[in-house]
This record gives sequence, structure tokens and C-alpha cells, in this order.
Amino acid sequence: MAGRHSLFGPIDPAADAGWVDPPPRKGFFTDTSVCIGCKACEVACKEWNLLPDDGFELLGSSYDNTGALGSTTWRHVAFVEQGGRASVDLGMPGLGPPAPAPAAPAPGAGAVAGAPPGSEPPVSAAPAERPDFRWLMSSDVCKHCTHAACLDVCPTGSLFRTEFGTVVVQPDVCNGCGYCVPACPYGVIERRPGPAGDPLAGIAQKCTLCYDRLRSGAEPACAKACPTDSIQFGDVEELRERAAARLDVLRAAGQDEARLYGAEPDDGVGGTGAFFLLLDEPEVYGLPPDPVVTTKDLPHMFNRASAAAVALLAGAALSFLGRR
Amino acid sequence: MSPRGGGEPAVVPDAEFTSYYGRPVVKPAPWAADIPAYMFAGGLAAGSSLLAAGADLTSRPALRRSGRVTALAALGFSAAALVHDLGRPSRFLNMMRTVKLTSPMSVGTWILALYGPPAGLAAVAELAGVPGVPRRLGRVLGALGRPAGLAAGLLAPPVAAYTAVLLSDTATPSWHEAYRELPFVFVSSAAAAAGGAALLAVPAAQAGPARRLAVGGALAELLAEARMERSMGMTAEPLHQGGAGRLMRAAKLLTAAGAALTLLAGRRRPVAALAGAALLAGSACTRFGVVEAGLASARDPRYTVVPQRRRLAQAATRSPRA
Ligand code: SF4
Ligand code: SF4
Repeated sequence: MAGRHSLFGPIDPAADAGWVDPPPRKGFFTDTSVCIGCKACEVACKEWNLLPDDGFELLGSSYDNTGALGSTTWRHVAFVEQGGRASVDLGMPGLGPPAPAPAAPAPGAGAVAGAPPGSEPPVSAAPAERPDFRWLMSSDVCKHCTHAACLDVCPTGSLFRTEFGTVVVQPDVCNGCGYCVPACPYGVIERRPGPAGDPLAGIAQKCTLCYDRLRSGAEPACAKACPTDSIQFGDVEELRERAAARLDVLRAAGQDEARLYGAEPDDGVGGTGAFFLLLDEPEVYGLPPDPVVTTKDLPHMFNRASAAAVALLAGAALSFLGRR
Repeated sequence: MSPRGGGEPAVVPDAEFTSYYGRPVVKPAPWAADIPAYMFAGGLAAGSSLLAAGADLTSRPALRRSGRVTALAALGFSAAALVHDLGRPSRFLNMMRTVKLTSPMSVGTWILALYGPPAGLAAVAELAGVPGVPRRLGRVLGALGRPAGLAAGLLAPPVAAYTAVLLSDTATPSWHEAYRELPFVFVSSAAAAAGGAALLAVPAAQAGPARRLAVGGALAELLAEARMERSMGMTAEPLHQGGAGRLMRAAKLLTAAGAALTLLAGRRRPVAALAGAALLAGSACTRFGVVEAGLASARDPRYTVVPQRRRLAQAATRSPRA
């Protein structure tokens, strides 16, 4: 079960974990190109999973006052305000009359800053091609990795692979060691800080892909609540096809920066069960550009540690050679 | 600030770094001082068990006694630190409900569970000759002391080494990137600490092996640490900045000073004690510094994003994808 092959590369996670005849792997395809930032998913997740509030602070990061995924936020809607680098016509109202025809393609991303007021042609010539502002909104969630570092490193077996190929914490088994927290390459799982007395305080928490709902045949609360179908739930195989088709549509429409994130089974974590269609580089949304499950290097690490242990033994023995 | 060496060409300039409101990409480990203290004490215990075993085999009773007692005390301290971190003692037992080879923490728990009893027994066996202990018990203890002490000595090296894997098997940039040399840094640091503790407690006549272990460990630690920083690329930066930087500088200084004092005048008790204290402090600073540097590297998205970008760019130049 812990063979080298199961640490890296494409596998069927549920079968690899020992499920006999598991149902098709379930997951999310989050199409951020239709996300309207309504946060219905965040709220639905909180309500269904009885998650406490995260405090009521204004973070000063656009309309995002949640900040990040964590022990009490299992869906998080990111708001990116971008000025001066869009090459995509989102149909936003611009200044001046609409451009007659697609003009010259926009130069490299990031090249053009918003033209200062009073400067000339570009503003009226082709405003639609180069809006000097755009929104990127994306609902983030646990990726339910094919190779889940959180699950691999958990010493108690509290984190387990479900028959749906997803990754779930058993709060009654977790001992709060917090090891899963730095292991996750996406910064998802977190130990719940408090409040004292809460039975879940000190316990690692994250999205379960609504394991309880899945088992009774329902779809996860966030997908159910999403009004634009930005969050789509289903069989991962089929979702990957749907995502590829949607990417083709966007690319054909000239959205050159559109890309799939996490849909490749041969990426660093063996592909994710929850993947995304993004309109910019992953790090713009707070996602790692090339995450690799850390257990990929584990055999090498154990070899190095064994060599070091032998060196210590030899060193100690050597120090007893000689007289005094 | 330019990334440090590492032999990688700077394919992607740092200027292209972007992040989501500067927020961290990966989460820092939720570990307070308990964990580096636990690692330091574990290393000290392991090194001391080795010294005790060697002393037992080469008839150095004072060195044997100090090694066994130090090992037990350090082990007790590290167990207390771990339980404090977990919150409740029962949670430590919970760690034993399964054996998981993919989890360095699970493997480490089992290594400790195997090492602890013989190490403890060997220390208790030192009561054998103490007046007031019943004769019969004394004889049993005396007979058990050597096998227990030798078993503890054999199980000690993994105790010192596994904590390095514990740190590197994470997505924390400065821990993961250190995985090649960190085990060597930690075992050398354990050797220096154990040698230092023995210098404090053992008369010079019997402390020869402790002096050699201390000096050898200190030098090996300094060398391994320098190598580690070279192989870490830009993730070595946090080892030089802020609190972690101060700790690492102190670690190097104390370790070097401890080794120098031992070499120059390690046979004079006051100097030996000073050297031992410096080596112990240096070893502790190494663990605290490495842990703190990792936490700092996790808090700054730059250390997650820039190396990954660079890796992508390198992969792209190797095999241009359609
Ligand atoms: S995203 Fe993180 S928490 Fe979710 S399955 Fe992957 S490693 Fe685990
Ligand atoms: S905090 Fe809980 S779920 Fe996370 S690794 Fe530790 S025992 Fe496992």
C-alpha cells in the first residue's frame, strides 16, 4: 500500500486506498469565468457544516473579508481587482464609443497601464480590448488531491480517503498534532484555534466535500447554492471533459489567459479532485503555481536520514578510539 | 535581494512575483516553542545514550552514568514538551493506534516508543550501587543495565535523525528544500549537545570520548549547515533574516566557540563546563533557528511562488509543450 508508486503519479485514489469497487471519483470543477463573487457557496458551506464565524474584520482586500481557507472556512471566495493588465473583453462598460472591430491584439500581458486621463488615442480607440480594470473572482476549496500530503503525513489515520476518492478528517480520531497543516501544498487544512470548550478546538478541519451529503446521494452544499454553476459537482472524469470543452470555448473567444488548474493527472499531486478554470496565473488567486506533494521525496528523505543516523553511530564509535 | 547560489540560473526574475494581497500560499505549522525544544531534547538524549553505551563498553563509569541520566532527563523533557503541544496526554497514546510509514511523525513516535524503555531502564540501573537500594533489586538492575544501555545506544541514531524528516516532509519551503542535509545537521547537533552535556558533568579523565564527540559534532554541524544553505537556493534566505537569522548566527557562534574551547583547554574543568554549556546552547539555537526560518518561509508567499515558477520555467525550456 505504501509502495513507491503510490507516493507519486496518476492513480485511482479510492482503489489505491483499498476500497473494493469504489463508485466513480467525485469532485468539483470550479469555473471562475462565471463566478460573480456572491459568496453563496461560502455561506451555504458554513450553514450546512455548522462552521463558526472567522471574526468580523475588514481586511482591506477588495470584497474579500474572509482572507483564506482555514479551519472555519471551507469555501473561500477570492476577489482580485486588476488594473491595467487585462487582455480580455468582459463586456464591462468602458469609456468612449464601442470599438468598431477587433483591433490589433493586445500586447503582452502587463504591458499597458491604464492610460492617464487626458492622454490620447488608446482610450477611445479600443477601450474594449484593453479595459484598464477587471475583476477576477474565484471560489477556492480543498483540492482533494490524488496524492494528498495531509493524509499521507497524518500519524493517527484521522485523515482518510473516502470511497468517493475524497479526503476527510475524522474529528474524533485527530489528536491535533497539526502535522497536516504544513504538509498541504495548498495551505488548506488548519487546526481550529478555539474557542476553549469547543469539542473541535485544536482539531484539524477542512472541506469534506460534504461527505454526509454525498453518502445520501445529494450534491455538496456549495455546488447546490452556486447560482451561476461556477461550482460544478460530479464524476471527476466527466468534469475534466467538461472543463476541457469550456476551456476551448473561452480560448476560441480570445481569452488567451484562460487555463485549467489541477486537471492534469500527471501534475505534482497526481491531479486534484477539485480543479479550476482560471483567467490568470494561479498565484494571482493565492494558489501555488506548481504544487508537488511533499511525500514524493519521502523515500529520498528516509535514505538521507538513515545515512545520517549511521554517520552518528560511526562518529560515536570513533570518538571512543584513542586513549583519554 | 538576489537569491542565493544553488547553481540554478535565474530563469524568472524575482520582479514577476505576484501574490494574493501578500497572503501566504501555504500555512505555517501551528507549532510553538514546544516542538523545537522537543527536537533538541530528543537529540541530546540520543547522543547521550550513545556516549553511555560506549562508556559502558570501555569502562568509563562516570561517563556512562552521566550519559544514561542525561538521556532519561532529556527524554522526559521532550515527552513533556510533546504532550504540552498536543494539549492532553491521552493524545500521545492516540498516536500509537496505527503504524504509518508515510508519516514521519508516526514512524518517529514508534522509534521513541522503542527507544524510551531501554533508555529509561539503563538510567534506572544506575541506582544499582546507590546505598539504600535493596541488594536483590540492585543485582537485577546491575544485570539489566548493560543490555538496556546498548539497546538504547543502537536505537538512538534514528531518534536524532527522524526529526529532520519530520520537518522536511512538509510544503514549508525552507524545511522541504533542506531535506538533503538537514538530517546531517541535526545528528551532528545532537552529537555536539551530548558531548557538551558530558563535558559539564564528567571529570576530565573520563571525558575524552565526549570531547571528541563534541568537537566532531560541532565541526560536522557547521559544515553540513553551510552545505545545506548552498543547496537550498533562495529558501536559505530566511535562515539569515529576523529572529531565525539571529538564532542561526548564535548557533554558529556558540557551536564554534564550544568546539574551540574544548580543543584548547577541554581538560580543565571550568573551561570544559563553559564549552559544554556553549555547545548545548548552540544545539538548541540550531533547532529553534531552523524551525523559525521554516515558519517565516511559509508566511511569505515569495518562497512558495518564486521557486515553483522557476521550476516551471526550467521544465518549459527543457521540453516545450504544445
Ligand atoms: S488540498 Fe491540502 S488539505 Fe486538501 S487534500 Fe490536498 S493536501 Fe489535503
Ligand atoms: S492534526 Fe489531526 S488530522 Fe492533522 S495530521 Fe495531526 S492527527 Fe492527523
